[in-house]
Amino acid sequence: MAEQGVAQVWRRIRTIYNILGNRCTTCNTYYFPPRPVCPTCRRKGKLEDYQFKGLGKIYSYTIVRQAPEDFQKQIPYVIAQVELDEGTRLTAQIVNVNPEDVEIGMRVRACFRKIKAFGSGGVIVYGYKFEPTMHVTGHDE
Amino acid sequence: MSDRVAIIGVGMCKFGELWEQSLRDITLEAGMYAIFDSGVRGADIDGVVIGNMSAGRFTGQEHLGAQAADMGGLGDMPAYSVEAACASGGAAVRHAYMAIKSGEHDLMLVLGNEKMSDVNQSEAMNTISVAADWEYEGMFGATFPALYAMMARRHMKEYGTTEEQLALPTVKNHANAEHNPWAQFQRAVPLGVVMKSGLIADPLRVLHSAPVTDGAAGLVVCREDLAKKYSDTPVYIEASEQRGDTLALHDRKSITRMDAVIYSTKSALKEANLKVEDIDVFELHDSFSIGEIILTEDVGIAKKGEGGKALEEGITEIGGKFPVNTGGGLKARGHPVGATGVAQIVELALQLRGDAEKRQVDGAEKGLAVNIGGTGATSIVHIIGR
Repeated sequence: MAEQGVAQVWRRIRTIYNILGNRCTTCNTYYFPPRPVCPTCRRKGKLEDYQFKGLGKIYSYTIVRQAPEDFQKQIPYVIAQVELDEGTRLTAQIVNVNPEDVEIGMRVRACFRKIKAFGSGGVIVYGYKFEPTMHVTGHDE
Repeated sequence: MSDRVAIIGVGMCKFGELWEQSLRDITLEAGMYAIFDSGVRGADIDGVVIGNMSAGRFTGQEHLGAQAADMGGLGDMPAYSVEAACASGGAAVRHAYMAIKSGEHDLMLVLGNEKMSDVNQSEAMNTISVAADWEYEGMFGATFPALYAMMARRHMKEYGTTEEQLALPTVKNHANAEHNPWAQFQRAVPLGVVMKSGLIADPLRVLHSAPVTDGAAGLVVCREDLAKKYSDTPVYIEASEQRGDTLALHDRKSITRMDAVIYSTKSALKEANLKVEDIDVFELHDSFSIGEIILTEDVGIAKKGEGGKALEEGITEIGGKFPVNTGGGLKARGHPVGATGVAQIVELALQLRGDAEKRQVDGAEKGLAVNIGGTGATSIVHIIGR
């Protein structure tokens, strides 16, 4: 049997390190996480892998001030639904910004970060968080 | 096949942090109250169904059907639990409804239970968040309150809902719970206290959120033609409907409404041949105050975006046109997750029987309950009539 979290995280590494989802070519809808079946087209759907560009804007957000043990060292932290440019939304932390400055509509880009560890000695999960876009990266509008 | 399904007995244990009682104790208490209230004998019951979300994580015990039937001395009848996160209780009611409608069962005991205070707060929070998408919401740090907070933030942005409006469901539900001897918090809370309580996930505060609760609730249900044999005041399940939506909140087109609620309510009203105006008393799933505001809109009490205004106008108070959560709701009655959907029906049955004492809605004839799983991925609606 795997240590807590190891297999659960390892099998998703490609997905959460790269924001690798998929796209239904029949209805041109993008999915993250990748869906095994396109819920609109079902058996008529054709799904192919798609790597998201990692750019989007904040759809809604909150500042988490009470969290379970694995996130306790990070509070207060910002959790948001990010609407990616492809039209798909996902849930992620917003970093590199004062929590009070976050607002709906803010332009953000993905960054690679430590997400959490399973307990004190458990596997560390890495993956995507998002940060405000900046001039220097050329992602500013 | 039976036409309607009758509710002939109701019972609950007192909700709260019940450190002296185990899961089996509270389940037995609620079940016994329901059985004594109904007047049936144990031998009349031909099946037990239990709504429970996560006893395995909260207490270490699974196989709750066997436990309840065994402890209740009910013998070898079929007994098992059903799970639909926070809608597990509603699922149990619906399961018994279908079992009796189908003719397979004649008279069943429905239970809902959850023992949440045997684990620490961190573990309780983790267990609650598995009602949403654990791998893509919870594991990234989105607590369950955080998901509802994002709904609230969006509702404020789209419709101008205010922080004061967000506090109103709590004030109303606590005032109602003052008169419910089974409620966890039988005391009023002033608006100012709610609005100054600690933030847990902005804009949601601790007093916008249902508490950690131990509790169980029970119903005895049977074929319509058997009801009068046992009870002078049976009430009837006139509709039972269920709809689903995406597991993760971020996959919904809108996060300021719950489509599963809209469609299950519409279907239930149609099935019962009623309009929302015909309903005298409502139980709306207020695990967070924004939930009650959204549901007030989605069931049709208020127009979209005007749920907060409806609360301001008092139309959802006892004595208003559409009383909501007369027993205190999840906020003040308490929210033992799997018990909630059953406790909602207990409250409606008491109201329809005229047994709700100081919180009685005069002449209540029809009641509607909405029980939500997760952030709206399951909605189970029941309409009860007398």
